[in-house]
Amino acid sequence: MTNVTPTPLYPFKESPSQTAGPYVHIGLTPNFCGIEGVYDQDLGIAMVTDKTRGERITVEGRVFDGSGTPLKDVLVEIWQADADGLYNSPAEPRGTADPAFTGWGRCAADQTTGHFRFETIKPGRVPFSDGRLQAPHISIWIVARGINLGLNTRIYFEDEAEANATDPVFERFEHQDRVTTLLAKGGNGTYSHDIHLQGPQETVFFDI
Amino acid sequence: MKNSRPQAANYFPRDRAWHPQAYAPGYKSSVLRAPQRPLIAFANTLSETTGPAFGHDMIGQLDNDLTLNFAQPGMSAIGERIVVQGRVMDERGQPVPNVLLEFWQANAGGRYRHKKDIYLAPLDPNFGGCGRTVTGDDGAYAFRTVRPGPYPWPNGPNDWRPAHIHISVFGQAFAQRLITQMYFEGDPLIPRCPIVKTINDPAAIDKLVARLDMESSAPMDSLTYRFDIILRGSRSTLFENRLEGN
Ligand SMILES: [Fe+2]
Repeated sequence: MTNVTPTPLYPFKESPSQTAGPYVHIGLTPNFCGIEGVYDQDLGIAMVTDKTRGERITVEGRVFDGSGTPLKDVLVEIWQADADGLYNSPAEPRGTADPAFTGWGRCAADQTTGHFRFETIKPGRVPFSDGRLQAPHISIWIVARGINLGLNTRIYFEDEAEANATDPVFERFEHQDRVTTLLAKGGNGTYSHDIHLQGPQETVFFDI
Repeated sequence: MKNSRPQAANYFPRDRAWHPQAYAPGYKSSVLRAPQRPLIAFANTLSETTGPAFGHDMIGQLDNDLTLNFAQPGMSAIGERIVVQGRVMDERGQPVPNVLLEFWQANAGGRYRHKKDIYLAPLDPNFGGCGRTVTGDDGAYAFRTVRPGPYPWPNGPNDWRPAHIHISVFGQAFAQRLITQMYFEGDPLIPRCPIVKTINDPAAIDKLVARLDMESSAPMDSLTYRFDIILRGSRSTLFENRLEGN
Protein backbone atom coordinates (compact mmCIF):
# COMPACT_ATOMS: atom_id res chain seq x y z
CA MET A 1 0.00 0.00 0.00
CA THR A 2 1.25 3.44 -0.83
CA ASN A 3 -0.08 6.55 0.70
CA VAL A 4 -1.80 8.65 -1.88
CA THR A 5 -2.54 12.25 -1.10
CA PRO A 6 -5.95 12.86 -2.57
CA THR A 7 -6.00 15.64 -5.12
CA PRO A 8 -9.06 17.78 -4.75
CA LEU A 9 -11.09 17.86 -7.93
CA TYR A 10 -11.85 21.47 -7.40
CA PRO A 11 -9.02 23.11 -5.44
CA PHE A 12 -9.84 26.75 -6.21
CA LYS A 13 -13.00 28.77 -6.33
CA GLU A 14 -13.86 31.17 -9.10
CA SER A 15 -12.87 34.75 -8.34
CA PRO A 16 -15.98 36.49 -7.04
CA SER A 17 -17.55 38.95 -9.44
CA GLN A 18 -17.97 42.65 -8.74
CA THR A 19 -20.09 45.13 -10.63
CA ALA A 20 -18.66 46.67 -13.80
CA GLY A 21 -19.78 50.01 -12.34
CA PRO A 22 -20.74 53.21 -14.15
CA TYR A 23 -17.32 53.71 -15.76
CA VAL A 24 -17.09 50.37 -17.55
CA HIS A 25 -16.64 52.27 -20.82
CA ILE A 26 -13.18 53.42 -19.80
CA GLY A 27 -11.96 49.86 -19.78
CA LEU A 28 -14.03 48.19 -22.46
CA THR A 29 -14.94 50.93 -24.94
CA PRO A 30 -12.47 53.75 -24.25
CA ASN A 31 -12.88 55.39 -27.67
CA PHE A 32 -16.65 55.46 -27.14
CA CYS A 33 -16.18 57.51 -23.97
CA GLY A 34 -13.62 59.90 -25.40
CA ILE A 35 -10.39 58.22 -24.34
CA GLU A 36 -8.76 58.22 -27.74
CA GLY A 37 -5.30 57.26 -28.83
CA VAL A 38 -4.75 54.37 -26.44
CA TYR A 39 -6.30 51.69 -28.68
CA ASP A 40 -6.88 52.06 -32.42
CA GLN A 41 -10.52 51.15 -32.03
CA ASP A 42 -12.85 49.64 -29.48
CA LEU A 43 -13.07 45.85 -29.54
CA GLY A 44 -16.18 44.13 -30.81
CA ILE A 45 -17.58 46.97 -32.87
CA ALA A 46 -17.31 45.09 -36.18
CA MET A 47 -18.44 41.47 -36.36
CA VAL A 48 -18.84 41.18 -40.13
CA THR A 49 -16.97 42.19 -43.26
CA ASP A 50 -18.21 42.17 -46.84
CA LYS A 51 -16.85 38.61 -47.08
CA THR A 52 -18.93 37.22 -44.22
CA ARG A 53 -21.27 34.43 -45.29
CA GLY A 54 -24.90 34.41 -44.21
CA GLU A 55 -27.95 36.61 -43.92
CA ARG A 56 -27.10 40.10 -42.67
CA ILE A 57 -29.19 41.23 -39.74
CA THR A 58 -29.28 44.07 -37.27
CA VAL A 59 -30.41 43.52 -33.72
CA GLU A 60 -31.29 46.56 -31.66
CA GLY A 61 -32.75 46.86 -28.20
CA ARG A 62 -32.66 48.29 -24.74
CA VAL A 63 -32.29 46.95 -21.21
CA PHE A 64 -34.93 48.15 -18.74
CA ASP A 65 -34.79 48.28 -14.95
CA GLY A 66 -37.63 47.45 -12.59
CA SER A 67 -39.13 50.93 -12.93
CA GLY A 68 -39.30 50.63 -16.71
CA THR A 69 -36.39 53.01 -17.24
CA PRO A 70 -33.82 52.05 -19.90
CA LEU A 71 -30.28 51.55 -18.62
CA LYS A 72 -28.07 54.12 -20.26
CA ASP A 73 -24.87 52.85 -18.70
CA VAL A 74 -25.26 49.20 -19.69
CA LEU A 75 -22.74 47.29 -21.78
CA VAL A 76 -23.66 44.12 -23.61
CA GLU A 77 -21.57 41.50 -25.33
CA ILE A 78 -22.94 38.92 -27.72
CA TRP A 79 -21.53 35.60 -28.89
CA GLN A 80 -22.96 33.54 -31.71
CA ALA A 81 -22.28 30.89 -34.30
CA ASP A 82 -21.63 31.59 -37.96
CA ALA A 83 -24.14 30.85 -40.70
CA ASP A 84 -23.25 27.14 -40.57
CA GLY A 85 -23.60 26.89 -36.80
CA LEU A 86 -19.85 26.92 -36.06
CA TYR A 87 -18.17 29.12 -33.48
CA ASN A 88 -15.05 31.11 -34.33
CA SER A 89 -13.24 29.80 -31.28
CA PRO A 90 -10.25 27.60 -30.43
CA ALA A 91 -12.72 25.63 -28.29
CA GLU A 92 -14.89 24.75 -31.33
CA PRO A 93 -14.22 21.04 -31.94
CA ARG A 94 -16.38 20.50 -35.02
CA GLY A 95 -14.59 22.44 -37.72
CA THR A 96 -13.40 25.86 -38.78
CA ALA A 97 -15.85 28.70 -38.68
CA ASP A 98 -16.12 31.43 -41.31
CA PRO A 99 -12.89 33.41 -40.81
CA ALA A 100 -14.71 36.55 -41.94
CA PHE A 101 -17.05 36.41 -38.96
CA THR A 102 -15.84 37.02 -35.41
CA GLY A 103 -19.02 35.82 -33.71
CA TRP A 104 -18.37 38.27 -30.87
CA GLY A 105 -19.66 41.78 -30.46
CA ARG A 106 -19.52 44.39 -27.73
CA CYS A 107 -21.73 47.45 -27.51
CA ALA A 108 -22.06 50.19 -24.92
CA ALA A 109 -25.62 51.46 -24.84
CA ASP A 110 -26.31 54.89 -26.28
CA GLN A 111 -25.89 57.25 -23.35
CA THR A 112 -29.00 59.22 -24.24
CA THR A 113 -31.46 56.54 -25.32
CA GLY A 114 -30.02 53.32 -23.92
CA HIS A 115 -30.10 51.50 -27.26
CA PHE A 116 -27.61 48.81 -28.13
CA ARG A 117 -27.23 47.72 -31.73
CA PHE A 118 -25.34 44.95 -33.51
CA GLU A 119 -24.78 44.39 -37.19
CA THR A 120 -24.29 40.67 -37.57
CA ILE A 121 -25.68 37.62 -39.37
CA LYS A 122 -28.43 35.17 -38.58
CA PRO A 123 -26.65 32.36 -36.70
CA GLY A 124 -26.83 28.75 -37.84
CA ARG A 125 -28.09 26.02 -35.55
CA VAL A 126 -25.92 24.52 -32.82
CA PRO A 127 -26.51 21.17 -31.13
CA PHE A 128 -27.75 20.83 -27.57
CA SER A 129 -25.89 18.58 -25.13
CA ASP A 130 -27.95 15.59 -26.31
CA GLY A 131 -27.23 16.21 -29.98
CA ARG A 132 -30.60 17.71 -30.91
CA LEU A 133 -30.39 21.04 -32.70
CA GLN A 134 -31.14 24.22 -30.84
CA ALA A 135 -33.04 27.02 -32.52
CA PRO A 136 -30.86 29.85 -33.88
CA HIS A 137 -29.79 32.04 -31.01
CA ILE A 138 -27.31 34.64 -29.86
CA SER A 139 -25.85 34.50 -26.36
CA ILE A 140 -25.79 37.81 -24.50
CA TRP A 141 -23.90 38.92 -21.42
CA ILE A 142 -25.01 42.09 -19.67
CA VAL A 143 -22.98 44.18 -17.24
CA ALA A 144 -23.65 47.56 -15.65
CA ARG A 145 -23.66 49.52 -12.44
CA GLY A 146 -25.98 47.68 -10.05
CA ILE A 147 -25.44 44.30 -11.74
CA ASN A 148 -23.18 42.41 -9.38
CA LEU A 149 -22.60 39.35 -11.56
CA GLY A 150 -22.92 39.56 -15.35
CA LEU A 151 -26.31 38.37 -16.58
CA ASN A 152 -26.55 35.63 -19.20
CA THR A 153 -29.49 35.38 -21.52
CA ARG A 154 -30.12 34.59 -25.19
CA ILE A 155 -31.75 36.21 -28.17
CA TYR A 156 -33.88 33.91 -30.32
CA PHE A 157 -35.87 34.99 -33.35
CA GLU A 158 -39.63 35.30 -33.53
CA ASP A 159 -39.58 34.36 -37.23
CA GLU A 160 -37.95 30.97 -36.53
CA ALA A 161 -41.17 29.50 -35.19
CA GLU A 162 -40.54 25.98 -36.42
CA ALA A 163 -37.09 25.72 -34.83
CA ASN A 164 -38.26 27.50 -31.69
CA ALA A 165 -41.07 24.96 -31.25
CA THR A 166 -38.56 22.16 -30.65
CA ASP A 167 -35.76 24.07 -28.97
CA PRO A 168 -34.31 21.96 -26.12
CA VAL A 169 -33.61 24.97 -23.90
CA PHE A 170 -37.18 26.22 -24.18
CA GLU A 171 -38.32 22.77 -23.09
CA ARG A 172 -36.74 23.45 -19.72
CA PHE A 173 -39.07 26.35 -19.01
CA GLU A 174 -41.68 25.58 -16.39
CA HIS A 175 -43.59 28.66 -17.51
CA GLN A 176 -43.84 28.46 -21.29
CA ASP A 177 -45.22 31.98 -21.54
CA ARG A 178 -41.71 33.21 -20.70
CA VAL A 179 -40.36 31.97 -24.04
CA THR A 180 -41.57 35.18 -25.65
CA THR A 181 -39.21 37.20 -23.44
CA LEU A 182 -36.34 35.77 -25.50
CA LEU A 183 -37.79 36.30 -28.98
CA ALA A 184 -36.45 39.18 -31.04
CA LYS A 185 -39.29 40.79 -32.96
CA GLY A 186 -39.16 41.66 -36.61
CA GLY A 187 -37.89 40.08 -39.80
CA ASN A 188 -36.32 40.90 -43.14
CA GLY A 189 -33.00 41.37 -41.43
CA THR A 190 -34.11 43.85 -38.79
CA TYR A 191 -34.88 42.76 -35.27
CA SER A 192 -35.60 44.50 -32.02
CA HIS A 193 -35.15 42.89 -28.66
CA ASP A 194 -35.73 44.52 -25.29
CA ILE A 195 -34.51 43.00 -22.06
CA HIS A 196 -36.36 43.53 -18.79
CA LEU A 197 -34.43 43.00 -15.58
CA GLN A 198 -37.59 42.88 -13.45
CA GLY A 199 -41.35 43.09 -13.66
CA PRO A 200 -44.12 41.17 -15.40
CA GLN A 201 -42.06 40.94 -18.62
CA GLU A 202 -38.85 39.92 -16.84
CA THR A 203 -36.50 38.32 -19.35
CA VAL A 204 -35.37 34.77 -18.72
CA PHE A 205 -31.80 34.74 -17.44
CA PHE A 206 -29.72 31.60 -17.44
CA ASP A 207 -27.39 29.88 -15.02
CA ILE A 208 -25.07 28.54 -17.69
CA MET B 1 -21.41 18.34 -38.76
CA LYS B 2 -24.90 19.53 -38.01
CA ASN B 3 -25.99 16.61 -35.92
CA SER B 4 -22.67 15.45 -34.54
CA ARG B 5 -22.69 14.87 -30.84
CA PRO B 6 -20.88 17.83 -29.34
CA GLN B 7 -17.85 17.29 -27.12
CA ALA B 8 -18.86 20.16 -24.90
CA ALA B 9 -16.94 20.67 -21.71
CA ASN B 10 -19.07 20.91 -18.63
CA TYR B 11 -18.10 23.87 -16.53
CA PHE B 12 -18.44 23.57 -12.80
CA PRO B 13 -21.60 25.42 -11.84
CA ARG B 14 -21.18 28.93 -10.52
CA ASP B 15 -21.41 29.05 -6.74
CA ARG B 16 -23.94 31.83 -6.44
CA ALA B 17 -23.60 31.99 -2.66
CA TRP B 18 -19.89 32.79 -3.12
CA HIS B 19 -20.50 35.47 -5.72
CA PRO B 20 -22.17 38.74 -4.71
CA GLN B 21 -25.91 38.62 -4.40
CA ALA B 22 -27.81 40.17 -7.30
CA TYR B 23 -30.20 41.93 -4.94
CA ALA B 24 -28.08 43.68 -2.32
CA PRO B 25 -30.02 46.67 -0.96
CA GLY B 26 -26.95 48.16 0.73
CA TYR B 27 -25.84 48.86 -2.85
CA LYS B 28 -28.81 50.88 -3.98
CA SER B 29 -28.26 50.53 -7.72
CA SER B 30 -28.83 46.79 -7.44
CA VAL B 31 -32.38 47.13 -6.17
CA LEU B 32 -34.06 47.80 -9.53
CA ARG B 33 -31.47 45.92 -11.57
CA ALA B 34 -31.53 42.50 -9.91
CA PRO B 35 -33.61 39.85 -11.67
CA GLN B 36 -36.25 38.51 -9.33
CA ARG B 37 -37.22 35.27 -10.97
CA PRO B 38 -35.10 32.17 -10.69
CA LEU B 39 -32.34 31.67 -13.23
CA ILE B 40 -32.94 28.74 -15.56
CA ALA B 41 -30.13 26.19 -15.77
CA PHE B 42 -29.28 23.76 -18.54
CA ALA B 43 -26.26 21.65 -19.44
CA ASN B 44 -23.54 23.55 -21.26
CA THR B 45 -23.70 23.54 -25.03
CA LEU B 46 -21.10 24.80 -27.48
CA SER B 47 -22.74 28.20 -27.18
CA GLU B 48 -21.36 28.36 -23.64
CA THR B 49 -18.15 26.34 -23.95
CA THR B 50 -16.71 28.28 -26.87
CA GLY B 51 -15.62 31.88 -26.73
CA PRO B 52 -13.74 34.52 -28.68
CA ALA B 53 -9.93 34.49 -28.76
CA PHE B 54 -7.67 37.54 -28.88
CA GLY B 55 -4.11 37.25 -30.08
CA HIS B 56 -0.96 38.72 -28.60
CA ASP B 57 -0.49 40.59 -31.87
CA MET B 58 -3.50 42.75 -31.02
CA ILE B 59 -1.74 44.20 -27.98
CA GLY B 60 0.21 47.42 -28.45
CA GLN B 61 3.51 47.99 -26.73
CA LEU B 62 2.12 50.38 -24.11
CA ASP B 63 -1.28 48.74 -23.67
CA ASN B 64 -0.25 47.27 -20.32
CA ASP B 65 1.38 50.43 -19.01
CA LEU B 66 -1.23 52.88 -17.76
CA THR B 67 1.47 55.26 -16.59
CA LEU B 68 2.47 55.86 -20.22
CA ASN B 69 -0.30 54.80 -22.59
CA PHE B 70 -2.19 58.10 -22.39
CA ALA B 71 0.74 60.33 -21.46
CA GLN B 72 2.35 62.99 -23.60
CA PRO B 73 5.78 62.00 -24.92
CA GLY B 74 8.27 62.18 -22.08
CA MET B 75 5.55 62.44 -19.45
CA SER B 76 3.90 59.89 -17.19
CA ALA B 77 0.92 59.65 -14.88
CA ILE B 78 1.11 61.11 -11.38
CA GLY B 79 0.87 58.74 -8.45
CA GLU B 80 2.39 55.83 -6.64
CA ARG B 81 3.91 53.61 -9.33
CA ILE B 82 2.86 49.98 -9.02
CA VAL B 83 2.98 46.76 -10.99
CA VAL B 84 0.12 44.31 -10.68
CA GLN B 85 0.98 40.77 -11.60
CA GLY B 86 -0.43 37.33 -11.17
CA ARG B 87 -1.79 34.34 -12.98
CA VAL B 88 -5.10 33.44 -14.51
CA MET B 89 -6.00 29.88 -13.58
CA ASP B 90 -9.13 27.80 -13.56
CA GLU B 91 -10.73 26.14 -10.54
CA ARG B 92 -8.53 23.09 -11.04
CA GLY B 93 -5.41 25.20 -10.89
CA GLN B 94 -4.71 24.89 -14.62
CA PRO B 95 -3.23 28.02 -16.17
CA VAL B 96 -5.48 29.79 -18.63
CA PRO B 97 -3.17 30.97 -21.42
CA ASN B 98 -3.81 33.49 -24.18
CA VAL B 99 -6.84 35.21 -22.71
CA LEU B 100 -7.53 38.92 -22.79
CA LEU B 101 -7.54 40.98 -19.60
CA GLU B 102 -8.78 44.57 -19.61
CA PHE B 103 -8.30 47.01 -16.73
CA TRP B 104 -9.75 50.36 -15.80
CA GLN B 105 -9.41 52.60 -12.81
CA ALA B 106 -9.53 56.09 -11.33
CA ASN B 107 -6.38 58.18 -11.23
CA ALA B 108 -4.25 58.66 -8.11
CA GLY B 109 -6.71 61.26 -6.83
CA GLY B 110 -9.73 58.99 -7.22
CA ARG B 111 -11.09 60.64 -10.39
CA TYR B 112 -12.19 58.78 -13.52
CA ARG B 113 -11.75 60.17 -17.00
CA HIS B 114 -15.49 59.88 -17.69
CA LYS B 115 -18.11 62.51 -18.21
CA LYS B 116 -20.31 60.95 -15.52
CA ASP B 117 -17.63 61.40 -12.88
CA ILE B 118 -17.97 64.84 -11.27
CA TYR B 119 -15.78 64.28 -8.21
CA LEU B 120 -13.79 67.40 -7.39
CA ALA B 121 -10.40 65.67 -7.52
CA PRO B 122 -8.66 66.75 -10.75
CA LEU B 123 -8.03 64.76 -13.87
CA ASP B 124 -4.43 63.92 -14.60
CA PRO B 125 -3.69 65.03 -18.17
CA ASN B 126 -1.29 62.11 -18.54
CA PHE B 127 -3.61 59.38 -17.29
CA GLY B 128 -6.40 57.76 -19.31
CA GLY B 129 -7.24 54.87 -16.99
CA CYS B 130 -7.45 51.85 -19.31
CA GLY B 131 -5.07 49.03 -20.09
CA ARG B 132 -5.04 45.49 -21.42
CA THR B 133 -2.88 42.45 -21.87
CA VAL B 134 -3.06 38.79 -22.95
CA THR B 135 -1.92 36.01 -20.60
CA GLY B 136 1.19 34.01 -21.41
CA ASP B 137 1.43 30.25 -21.82
CA ASP B 138 1.58 29.88 -18.05
CA GLY B 139 -1.45 32.13 -17.51
CA ALA B 140 0.77 34.93 -16.21
CA TYR B 141 0.03 38.60 -16.73
CA ALA B 142 1.37 41.94 -15.54
CA PHE B 143 0.62 45.60 -15.98
CA ARG B 144 2.06 48.85 -14.68
CA THR B 145 -0.09 51.66 -13.37
CA VAL B 146 -0.46 54.13 -10.55
CA ARG B 147 -2.29 53.17 -7.41
CA PRO B 148 -5.83 54.52 -7.80
CA GLY B 149 -7.24 56.81 -5.14
CA PRO B 150 -10.35 56.04 -3.11
CA TYR B 151 -13.38 58.10 -4.05
CA PRO B 152 -16.75 59.09 -2.63
CA TRP B 153 -19.89 57.99 -4.45
CA PRO B 154 -23.60 58.67 -4.13
CA ASN B 155 -25.08 55.70 -2.30
CA GLY B 156 -25.29 56.24 1.44
CA PRO B 157 -24.62 59.69 2.89
CA ASN B 158 -20.86 59.12 3.14
CA ASP B 159 -19.83 56.08 1.15
CA TRP B 160 -16.32 55.76 -0.24
CA ARG B 161 -14.93 53.15 -2.57
CA PRO B 162 -11.70 51.57 -1.41
CA ALA B 163 -8.86 51.92 -3.92
CA HIS B 164 -9.62 49.40 -6.63
CA ILE B 165 -8.90 48.37 -10.19
CA HIS B 166 -11.67 46.95 -12.37
CA ILE B 167 -10.63 43.83 -14.26
CA SER B 168 -12.44 42.14 -17.15
CA VAL B 169 -11.39 38.61 -18.06
CA PHE B 170 -12.16 36.38 -21.01
CA GLY B 171 -11.62 32.68 -20.59
CA GLN B 172 -11.68 30.06 -23.29
CA ALA B 173 -15.45 29.86 -23.02
CA PHE B 174 -18.22 32.43 -22.92
CA ALA B 175 -19.36 30.70 -19.70
CA GLN B 176 -16.14 31.89 -18.04
CA ARG B 177 -16.66 35.58 -18.82
CA LEU B 178 -16.03 37.61 -15.67
CA ILE B 179 -15.66 41.15 -14.42
CA THR B 180 -14.35 41.80 -10.95
CA GLN B 181 -12.45 44.38 -8.92
CA MET B 182 -9.08 44.15 -7.25
CA TYR B 183 -8.51 45.80 -3.86
CA PHE B 184 -5.30 46.56 -1.97
CA GLU B 185 -4.09 44.79 1.15
CA GLY B 186 -4.61 46.81 4.30
CA ASP B 187 -7.14 49.32 2.94
CA PRO B 188 -9.49 50.24 5.83
CA LEU B 189 -12.24 51.15 3.36
CA ILE B 190 -12.64 47.54 2.15
CA PRO B 191 -14.86 46.30 5.00
CA ARG B 192 -16.88 49.54 4.87
CA CYS B 193 -17.74 49.39 1.17
CA PRO B 194 -21.34 48.59 0.17
CA ILE B 195 -20.17 47.10 -3.14
CA VAL B 196 -17.64 44.85 -1.42
CA LYS B 197 -20.40 43.87 1.00
CA THR B 198 -22.58 42.54 -1.82
CA ILE B 199 -20.33 39.50 -1.23
CA ASN B 200 -21.38 37.68 1.92
CA ASP B 201 -18.44 35.36 2.51
CA PRO B 202 -15.33 37.03 4.04
CA ALA B 203 -13.18 34.34 2.41
CA ALA B 204 -14.52 35.40 -0.98
CA ILE B 205 -13.79 39.07 -0.29
CA ASP B 206 -10.26 38.10 0.71
CA LYS B 207 -9.72 36.61 -2.76
CA LEU B 208 -10.17 40.08 -4.25
CA VAL B 209 -7.44 41.66 -2.12
CA ALA B 210 -4.05 41.95 -3.83
CA ARG B 211 -0.97 41.33 -1.69
CA LEU B 212 2.12 43.48 -1.62
CA ASP B 213 4.93 41.41 -3.14
CA MET B 214 8.09 43.01 -1.84
CA GLU B 215 10.41 40.45 -3.46
CA SER B 216 9.10 41.29 -6.92
CA SER B 217 9.10 45.03 -6.38
CA ALA B 218 11.59 46.97 -8.47
CA PRO B 219 13.93 49.06 -6.28
CA MET B 220 13.68 52.79 -6.94
CA ASP B 221 10.87 52.13 -9.44
CA SER B 222 7.61 50.52 -8.35
CA LEU B 223 5.95 48.30 -5.76
CA THR B 224 4.44 45.06 -6.97
CA TYR B 225 1.04 43.72 -5.99
CA ARG B 226 0.15 40.10 -6.58
CA PHE B 227 -3.34 39.21 -7.77
CA ASP B 228 -4.33 35.80 -9.11
CA ILE B 229 -7.58 35.39 -10.99
CA ILE B 230 -9.53 32.15 -10.98
CA LEU B 231 -11.96 31.32 -13.77
CA ARG B 232 -14.49 28.51 -13.80
CA GLY B 233 -12.98 25.09 -14.42
CA SER B 234 -14.42 22.26 -16.41
CA ARG B 235 -14.42 18.51 -16.09
CA SER B 236 -12.55 18.16 -19.35
CA THR B 237 -9.93 20.85 -18.81
CA LEU B 238 -7.05 18.37 -18.82
CA PHE B 239 -8.33 16.62 -21.89
CA GLU B 240 -8.75 19.86 -23.75
CA ASN B 241 -5.25 21.03 -22.87
CA ARG B 242 -3.83 17.82 -24.28
CA LEU B 243 -5.79 18.24 -27.48
CA GLU B 244 -4.51 21.76 -27.94
CA GLY B 245 -0.94 20.60 -27.42
CA ASN B 246 -1.13 18.14 -30.32
FE1 LIG C 1 -14.60 52.04 -9.76
